[in-house]
Amino acid sequence: MNEHTTTNILVAGIGGQGVMTAAEVLAQTALSQGYDVKKTEVAGMAQRGGVVTSHVRFGPRVLSPAIPPGEADILVGFEPAEALRWCRELRPGGVAMVNTMKQEPPVVSLGLFDYPDEPVQQIRAAGIDVHAFDAGDIARKLGNFRLVNTVMLGAISRYLPFPPEVLKNQIVDRFRERKPQLVEINEQAFEAGQAADAAC
Amino acid sequence: MNAVNPLPGAERRFMSGNEAVARGAWEAGCRVAAAYPGTPSTEILEYASQYPEIYSEWSINEKVSLEVAIGASLAGSRALCAMKHVGLNVASDALMTQTLVGADGGLVIAVADDVGLSSSQNEQDSRFWGRFAHVPILEPSDAQEAYEMTKFAFTLSEKFSTPVILRMTTRICHVKGVVTPGTRTEFELPEGFRKDVGRLVMTPANARHRIPRMFEREERMRQYSEESDLNTVREGSDRRIGFIASGPTYMHVQEASPQFSVLKLGLSYPVPIERIRAFAAGVDQLVVVEEVEPILETEIKAAGIPVVGKELLPRVGELAPDVLRPAIARLLGEEPEPQTPPPAAPPAIPDTQAQPGAGLFPRPPTMCVACPHLGIYYCLSKIRKTSISGDIGCYTLGAGHPWNALDTTICMGASMGVALGLDKGRVEADRDKKIIAVIGDSTFMHMGMQGLLDITYNRGNLTVLLLDNRAVGMTGGQYNPASGRDIHGADSLRIDFPKLCEALGVKPERIHEVNPYELPNLFKVLRQETAIEDTSVVITNQPCVLVDFYKGQPAYGVDDEKCTGCGNCLDAGCPAIAVTRRETVVKPNGKEKELAFVRIDSQACTGCDLCPKTCAPDAIVPLQGFTRQ
Repeated sequence: MNEHTTTNILVAGIGGQGVMTAAEVLAQTALSQGYDVKKTEVAGMAQRGGVVTSHVRFGPRVLSPAIPPGEADILVGFEPAEALRWCRELRPGGVAMVNTMKQEPPVVSLGLFDYPDEPVQQIRAAGIDVHAFDAGDIARKLGNFRLVNTVMLGAISRYLPFPPEVLKNQIVDRFRERKPQLVEINEQAFEAGQAADAAC
Repeated sequence: MNAVNPLPGAERRFMSGNEAVARGAWEAGCRVAAAYPGTPSTEILEYASQYPEIYSEWSINEKVSLEVAIGASLAGSRALCAMKHVGLNVASDALMTQTLVGADGGLVIAVADDVGLSSSQNEQDSRFWGRFAHVPILEPSDAQEAYEMTKFAFTLSEKFSTPVILRMTTRICHVKGVVTPGTRTEFELPEGFRKDVGRLVMTPANARHRIPRMFEREERMRQYSEESDLNTVREGSDRRIGFIASGPTYMHVQEASPQFSVLKLGLSYPVPIERIRAFAAGVDQLVVVEEVEPILETEIKAAGIPVVGKELLPRVGELAPDVLRPAIARLLGEEPEPQTPPPAAPPAIPDTQAQPGAGLFPRPPTMCVACPHLGIYYCLSKIRKTSISGDIGCYTLGAGHPWNALDTTICMGASMGVALGLDKGRVEADRDKKIIAVIGDSTFMHMGMQGLLDITYNRGNLTVLLLDNRAVGMTGGQYNPASGRDIHGADSLRIDFPKLCEALGVKPERIHEVNPYELPNLFKVLRQETAIEDTSVVITNQPCVLVDFYKGQPAYGVDDEKCTGCGNCLDAGCPAIAVTRRETVVKPNGKEKELAFVRIDSQACTGCDLCPKTCAPDAIVPLQGFTRQ
């Protein structure tokens, strides 16, 4: 991940978890740092409880918008089974940041499929550098479940080619414009994410 | 970093291809924009509607949207209509004759192909329309080009007096990139609408004279395409292969194999065949990289130029770098490149273990928590001897688990005609079958109304379920004439469906408006109407949970003491209901029975009150003192 190459971040989760917002914040931050940036968006049927992924790529010049298989530098997994599903997209030495809060889909509820045992262990067993913690629990303790997003961004902030503060300020500025009452709590969430990663 | 080298002071905006199209249209002085929502094109009009200088509308279907744009063009304004690939099938009736008429103010049709079928019933290639209608095709390869080419498309339309197709794909529409926008220049033809019967009234006598002009125009455009700087060569260092690419594949080939030259076709129809011939002469092998159909390939071969195409590359889905790399290696007789560079690799995955995540459950799209369609499908799944024709919308998901209560889906409005055909074509074995058609409000107004009239006129014996959720749900809750709001959210017409159905010939006593959460009544009405040999319409009247008409209620929970594990609530298919444990018990008659005990995700539950009516032991109860976070 130096400035001459493309940085590839794969954000994966389920519709409604804030995957698109997290990817948007990362892309805007990279844009503010002068990079060329591309970000895929998923819309349509994928919003209906299906898998949502967003590819964020930035560097001197980004061509194809999709991260080629096995070239992701960072996987931001908003759900452990989804992190397991996408972990093979990581390059050797890439980092998987995983929210361990499980969300079972209806196909599991209906008994058609089983939820995997220990998805994080399976990722680790594949030789991947995985950092896993319950971002949902942190967000809930801070008083707002939607903070999962900011917690996860805080957690990956030290793996980016720009200082963590740049990402943090991007988030804070977004809220300062739209919902100033949420600035402080998002700062706390970001820092809680940083602390959680450091403790992994 | 000096990544994109913007002009000093120029603003770098981060926008999707769809937003870039709206921006380009606005800057070009576009005054009228119309569309029917459809993935991946929907956001074009959502963004266009944010510019006060553009009259924007949600049209009831793509054909109407094109006709509105045609009228605006003839009135002397620049006009845009936008649609997904299948939308142009609907609009094509207007296109195929308007190409004879041409355009006055620039007339641009932005059409978005869903390559890879992320949210469509087929994967068709809109580039054919350029050949069929003899109109030019522009193909942007990223958001910046979507912006620039849209702006240019209006000029091109006026230069040749032709509709222009801007062909996008999902990878252009829904990818955000850096765009350096400019400013708006107003445009209007000072003379306004010009009466010209010989040109604008396409009777056979008049149209006959227009056809040679259309072919002459196409020939001039062919010359133009040969010289256009939209068709350019990016030189590579390795002469073994030369690529021809357009749209997203231009980026994909550069990512996959930057060493080879690329002839990029931004104006891909008419095909600049002499440019291709000259380019081919400078490389060992010409390879055309085109998604979906071998259109360029066929035309290049017909010109006598050897080219490699679909014998090497797939005909389905995206031609992304991971598809291109092994194909190119095969062509060169080389081993495929390893997917990951070998140096400094971490401990490899042990050979004894499958790929991580192999065999993981799928997470297909589902209906939303509290979706008003859940009650309908709960009932349909329990009514026997049915044939159910479906339509395009969220309710297509009713074909899946746990309902399995939808038997056909083709295209917008098809549930109507198909139901009538199932009725009229029924064989003796199906004499007792209940024929049911399921259609949403928006699809009904798009192309279903005519089908219903056909049903009543021809005395169909079937039941139409008109699921009115007051929005275009699948594309994100856009407004339509059932919403009572226009594209800007301002108050507008709210169609009265019972009256409309009555006007279309359904007897008033056969029209029922029902609340889809009130299960016993819903069941009663459905059983009654499907048993009657006549055309019935059952209209549901609760809004989509994604639009602001919807108001949630306090959440429910499960009383574990009372839950008997019958699993009946799971048949509603609400994603908020999850199984906590399963048990197998032996009943007094000796048969085994599977039990599934459940809980409700109270954070997700909106208290729609559907599932308590599926629960005989009354184990689903309102939560006391619950607050949703």
